[in-house]
Amino acid sequence: MKHFDVIVVGGGHAGTEAAHAAARMGANTALVTMRREAIGVMSCNPAIGGLGKGHLVREVDAMDGVMGKAADRAGIQFRLLNRRKGPAVQGPRTQADRKLYRLAIAELCAGQPRLEIVEGEVVDLLMDGVAISGVRLQDGSEISAAAVVMTTGTFLNGVIHIGDQRTAGGRVGDRPSVPLSHRLRELAPNVGRLKTGTPPRLDGKTINWDILEAQPGDDDPVMLSFLSQKPFVRQIACGITHTNESTHEVIRNNLQRSAMYGGHIEGVGPRYCPSIEDKVVRFADKTSHQVFLEPEGLDDDTVYPNGISTSLPSDVQEAYVRSIRGLEEVRILQPGYAIEYDFVDPRALTLTLELREQAGLFLAGQINGTTGYEEAAAQGLVAGLNAACKALGREPVTFSRTDSYIGVMIDDLVGRGVNEPYRMFTSRAEYRLFLRADNADQRLTPRGIELGCVGEERARAFACKSDAMDAGKAILDSIVLTPKQAVSLGLELNQDGVKRSAFQLLSFPQVTFGQLAGLFPELANIPAATAEQLSNEALYANYIARQQRDVEAMRRDENWEIPIDFDYGVLSGLSNELKLKFSAAAPRTLHQAGQVDGATPAALALILARLRQNKRAAQK
Amino acid sequence: MDTIYAQASGRGKAGVAVIRLSGPRAWQAIAALCGRLPAPRQASVRLLKIEGEVLDEALVLCFEAGRSFTGEESGELHLHGAVATVAAVLKALGSLGFLRLAEPGEFTRRAMESGRLDLSQVEGLADLIEAETEAQRKQALAVLSGSVGRMVETWRSKLIRAAALMEACIDFADEDVPEDVTPEVRGLLGDVSGQLAQEMARISVTERIREGFEVAIVGRPNAGKSTLLNALAGREAAITSEVAGTTRDVIEVRMDLSGLAVTLLDTAGLRDTEDQIEAIGVARAIARAKQADLRVFLLDDGDIPLLEPIADDLIVRGKADLGGPGDLRVSGKTGEGIDALVSAITTRLSERAAGAGVMTRERHRDCLIRAEAALRASSVELAHGLERLDLAAEQCRTAVRALESLLGRVDVESLLDEIFSSFCIGK
Repeated sequence: MKHFDVIVVGGGHAGTEAAHAAARMGANTALVTMRREAIGVMSCNPAIGGLGKGHLVREVDAMDGVMGKAADRAGIQFRLLNRRKGPAVQGPRTQADRKLYRLAIAELCAGQPRLEIVEGEVVDLLMDGVAISGVRLQDGSEISAAAVVMTTGTFLNGVIHIGDQRTAGGRVGDRPSVPLSHRLRELAPNVGRLKTGTPPRLDGKTINWDILEAQPGDDDPVMLSFLSQKPFVRQIACGITHTNESTHEVIRNNLQRSAMYGGHIEGVGPRYCPSIEDKVVRFADKTSHQVFLEPEGLDDDTVYPNGISTSLPSDVQEAYVRSIRGLEEVRILQPGYAIEYDFVDPRALTLTLELREQAGLFLAGQINGTTGYEEAAAQGLVAGLNAACKALGREPVTFSRTDSYIGVMIDDLVGRGVNEPYRMFTSRAEYRLFLRADNADQRLTPRGIELGCVGEERARAFACKSDAMDAGKAILDSIVLTPKQAVSLGLELNQDGVKRSAFQLLSFPQVTFGQLAGLFPELANIPAATAEQLSNEALYANYIARQQRDVEAMRRDENWEIPIDFDYGVLSGLSNELKLKFSAAAPRTLHQAGQVDGATPAALALILARLRQNKRAAQK
Repeated sequence: MDTIYAQASGRGKAGVAVIRLSGPRAWQAIAALCGRLPAPRQASVRLLKIEGEVLDEALVLCFEAGRSFTGEESGELHLHGAVATVAAVLKALGSLGFLRLAEPGEFTRRAMESGRLDLSQVEGLADLIEAETEAQRKQALAVLSGSVGRMVETWRSKLIRAAALMEACIDFADEDVPEDVTPEVRGLLGDVSGQLAQEMARISVTERIREGFEVAIVGRPNAGKSTLLNALAGREAAITSEVAGTTRDVIEVRMDLSGLAVTLLDTAGLRDTEDQIEAIGVARAIARAKQADLRVFLLDDGDIPLLEPIADDLIVRGKADLGGPGDLRVSGKTGEGIDALVSAITTRLSERAAGAGVMTRERHRDCLIRAEAALRASSVELAHGLERLDLAAEQCRTAVRALESLLGRVDVESLLDEIFSSFCIGK
């Protein structure tokens, strides 16, 4: 039998990130996948990043993960979303060439010491008493490890729907993992069903591009990884078209034949990624919906029509697609489909993504009820780091809502659970102004270096950036102006008599770095990237300082972990109703306890007192 | 760490009231009111003043960090117990600008975090906190079920709408959302902040204390209401005559009943009437009497009141000088039973003062002030355009959070609900 420290089951975005992270931490890691060439496959839309999602990619990258690097190597159209809005809500995004992305991931995995790829289907988990001790493959062979990370995506009991046709499958062309699903249902208390969908794939050669509006990438592309400078490959444009009344007519007339509306699907789909059937029904007054035509690769004619995912029968798909401008003659390469799959109620997990009831078993990605490559990768990172810590006997690694979108997501999942596939939005982050894509490295890389999961190249690059920032900030702080002086220099400012440094002046909407650099030549020496980053920090400095109290309070509460076996019954002074509510919600931290419906300050005080008492007892 | 303050003793009229402060700037705050600080842990009498105006003569106590209830630098002000005095000192502390009102249980929480309490102490205190928060919850419910509640509901939906518009514009930038949401958001923010400012003036606790409770005297025409009012007030405030229906407008007399500020309302006599002008007076009297904090029903034997008495309303038999049996009998003419009536009114109102909680109302106002300031800031950022939309959204969130204690929690899920139900998201 082969022995590893960590086994990762699944080679998608969560799996590759988990395996890579565990190996970076020094754990001997096996990544077990059904097909070696399917590692790093993008099953859905060919894009990485976006709002909230770009933030997650940057955070994974700051810990030296693979998603950002691979996306940059495969990126064929970079766009910084919300470019005209504040830097806190800007999200980098790229269209990725499917093949290049897959190859980049494969290469990054191959180049990572202590990471071995094993081909095979995991059919069961091995137990040593109550602890996980490894996995069994379909061919009967066994692999042992101290920790296992399951990242099985939509493959658990996956069912594909096209109209009223149902086929078992984890992705079109791939079979589902049924035995493992049964095993998981034994271990995890609550397994539910979710669904997601894809649009039909189109043959780009049959699209009339000439009459369609083109959407080019940005002139100055912003990369996803802190280590990339510029795109690696040729850049392309996407097309934009729209559905119309006759498209909607076709859909309305065939609603009963849709898997969703025909009552074939029990799983819940995401509100923010509705199928075209959903859009037509729920927004009946809209006569047109936007469709992005996204090429899937540089030497691939497949086009992904973003915005018209569907579970209608193939003939209806063809009819409505051809009613769209520019697609009159289009050929469908693969029909769109809806897929239903098992997910585990993530409230069964700890903040390290380990199953509370099954030590050594970690879950990451869609299996936890999320959607999106980026959400999956971020969970993979957390599970991989912690599986390694577990195997190597090190302290667990957790993230906080106050330090990262990763922390926001994990806390949401573990604390609230999901009732639709969970996707990241910037509005989910309380401290959005601080948790920016531009400072993900400043927030997380020092921690990564300390943990040992950050390589030399990144550590060096980060040290350079930090030095440049410190030097630039010192110059900005050294220039101090009275409002009178500022106005005499041509800056618009109220005469409030308050002296301000150049750094503070940058928070005013009417003051730009360029303006200041024109007035003070010493500022001209600050490199452009540093100047931009410092301007971002200056813009939000006041807000962030004001939020510091909330941040401290939240951190303090997050730091009080409530043990799994905490007994609310013995807290006299807690009403029976609250005892039941707390027991049912089983909050992981004092912060989460505060989120429980009906939680009162007095109740929190009682819990805290008991935690303190336990801690004191433990110290004695 | 913030410096916090709150009334530590019970609410309402009492001999002595204690205000407690804790945190790094506690002594600075006390010194701002009383000048030179007494030596730590030594009680000393000081005049409390703000901007030259004397608030009270109080016993001042200071505790150094590590040797106090909370473990932090802290202090106590022992005031004379009049409700107005306590309110004035609380307001003065708030106006210093570097203190905030403690959340319920926050002193205890701090004490516990610095390891100053054992578990049984915490449990004992938790009971007290529970009672306090229960009173506040009731207060909040009372506020929310009235006309203020309907207003708060409107603000809530407007702010969620405004936040959702901004968030949709931010989080779904490349999808089918309306590009320019600014005009609608601006309208919503302006609307709510204007109404907040108005409401703040209305529910101000100081005004409440100064204006006092309203006690309406109701009864049939010529039941002797005006005479009773005059006897209570000790002056001829309402016109009294033998002709039934003389008092057509509501007459107010402000007076001090054993330390409580009270406004007595003399209302038109309640009866069915053909006279249109008198009918208006009667309708107004009924409306006003319903709003009052307490009603004194002045009835003749066999009278059935037009307005139904509720809870602890008082029922008295009038014209005691004309003779007849009864429990609480008064005569405005001879003064018989007036003392008993005054003490009955005072007892009831004192109970209310204790239950309603000055602090609760002060806290409400505090929320409104913070919300209103944040909404104004939000409008300013909004005017700078899309570039600062994230800041406008942040201020709007702050406003919503500030209103949370009035509204109940508004979390990101309800925001997303609004977004998803309004726009077609998803390409």
